[in-house]
Amino acid sequence: MSEESKKKIMFTVRKPPHGTIYVYEGLEVKLIMAAYDADISVVFMDDGVYALKAGQDTKELGIKGFEATYGVLVDYEIQKVFVDRQSMEERGLTEEDLLVIGEDEDTEEPIRPRMVDSAEIAAMMAQQHNILSF
Amino acid sequence: MKLAVCIYEGPYNHEASDSAYNFIKAAIAKGHEIRGIFFYHDGVYNVTRLMEPPQDDRHIANRWSELGATGIDIVVCIAAAKRRGIVDEVLVPNVRISGLGQLTMMAIEAERMVIFGD
Repeated sequence: MSEESKKKIMFTVRKPPHGTIYVYEGLEVKLIMAAYDADISVVFMDDGVYALKAGQDTKELGIKGFEATYGVLVDYEIQKVFVDRQSMEERGLTEEDLLVIGEDEDTEEPIRPRMVDSAEIAAMMAQQHNILSF
Repeated sequence: MKLAVCIYEGPYNHEASDSAYNFIKAAIAKGHEIRGIFFYHDGVYNVTRLMEPPQDDRHIANRWSELGATGIDIVVCIAAAKRRGIVDEVLVPNVRISGLGQLTMMAIEAERMVIFGD
C-alpha cells in the first residue's frame, strides 16, 4: 500500500501517565496498531506531556512503569511523535526533560518527540482518518 | 456513514456507556452503519452477564447483547478483560472477546471512530 493511501490514525495522549490506566493501556494499542499498515502518529498534550518526562520511577507506586517502552517507540516504527509546546511550557517542562524514543539508524543520534505548536497539531488533526484519545 | 464506537468506562458508574448506546441507536435510526463496538479499559465490565441491576433500572449488559443480536460486531479487548477477570464464560450472548487488532481494523475501516469515556 502506498504511503498516500494508508489510513492516517492519530493517537492523542492528554491524561497524566499514572493514577489511572488510560495511558498505559493506550500504549498497548499503539504497539499493536503499529504492526498494521497504517500511518500512525502520536500527540502528547495537556497533562499527557508528563508521560514523556524522562526519569520516571514507579517503584513507590507499586505499578509497572512504561518509560522503557516509550523509549523504543521508534523500534516499533512509530516515528511521528509530537508534543504540544504550550502544554510543556505551562508545566515548566523543556525539550531536555523529554525521554528518548529511539535512535537514528544512520547517525545513532537519540530521537526525541518533536515539539510543535497547537496550530500545527490542529492542521495534522484535520488530515487524520481517525483519532483515538487516551 | 460507517462508524465505529469505542467505550472506555464501566457501566452505571459513568454515563459513557449510556451515551454510547444512545448515540448508536440514534445513528442507526439515521441510516448509518455501525462497523463495530469496542470495549476497552473498564468498558469491558459492560457485558458481563453476572450483573443484576434492580428491575426498575436499565439492564446495560442485556442492552448491548440485544444490539449484538442485530448483527453488530461487539468486541471486548482480551488484554483489558483478562486484567479485570472478564472471560468468555461471563459474557452475555452476541459479544466476543478478541484483540486490539479488531480495534485497529475498526479504526481503519470506519469513516469515524467515536470514543466514549474520560
